Amino acid sequence: MEKEKFNIVVFSGDMDRVLAAFILATTAASMNMEVKMFFTFWGLNVLRKKKFTSGKNLLQKLMNLINKGGAERLPLSKFNMLGMGPMMMKKMMKQSRVPSIPEFVEMSKSMGIKLVACTTTFSFMGFAKDDFIDGIDSYSGAATYLSDALEGKVSYFI
Amino acid sequence: MEANKKVDCYGLLCPMPIVLTADTIKGMEIGEILEVRASDEGIKHDMPAWCKVTGQRFMGIEERDGEYFAYVQKIKA
Repeated sequence: MEKEKFNIVVFSGDMDRVLAAFILATTAASMNMEVKMFFTFWGLNVLRKKKFTSGKNLLQKLMNLINKGGAERLPLSKFNMLGMGPMMMKKMMKQSRVPSIPEFVEMSKSMGIKLVACTTTFSFMGFAKDDFIDGIDSYSGAATYLSDALEGKVSYFI
Repeated sequence: MEANKKVDCYGLLCPMPIVLTADTIKGMEIGEILEVRASDEGIKHDMPAWCKVTGQRFMGIEERDGEYFAYVQKIKA
């Protein structure tokens, strides 16, 4: 039997939204679905390594200095309070044994969920492949997502 | 109910009980029964939903002292 397809665009780089995306993705994979997560715009921060900055020109470097990468340091969409919010949230998640975002990334990879990075954001932000974690399935564009979305019944934009 | 295998998800929240159920079922033989112990009430609806989608047999949930014991029979590879 052909597997059902589940596609998620992860546009947001906020910890809470990304958490929702990973909960759905790992559950779908557990339900035998073929899952692809397309990370674009701020969402790319989930797949970035923790680096001081990256970028090819000055503007990109400045932008990436404030737009920090790394799954372990995503801000909250609400009550970020200069990082106090995420700190409290991480502690609360740990108390309730909810996996952290970096743990969800690893779990997703081991479950065969495909992590796709958007090439447009990649280019205009001046990223290099070396700025990203290992295990990214592909670097592609909107047509790839739409072609996959047409084959799946469930498609989300987070 | 007699189970061939047990998985303890006590204290774990969504999606972990379902993720662990899927992972454990993978390693079981057809016909075997899995018992999932959980504290998250969501399992009452999530486990039958998981079975419906994956084609495994949902054999019911028992509630004892605020704990849930869900039973699933593997009927599909």
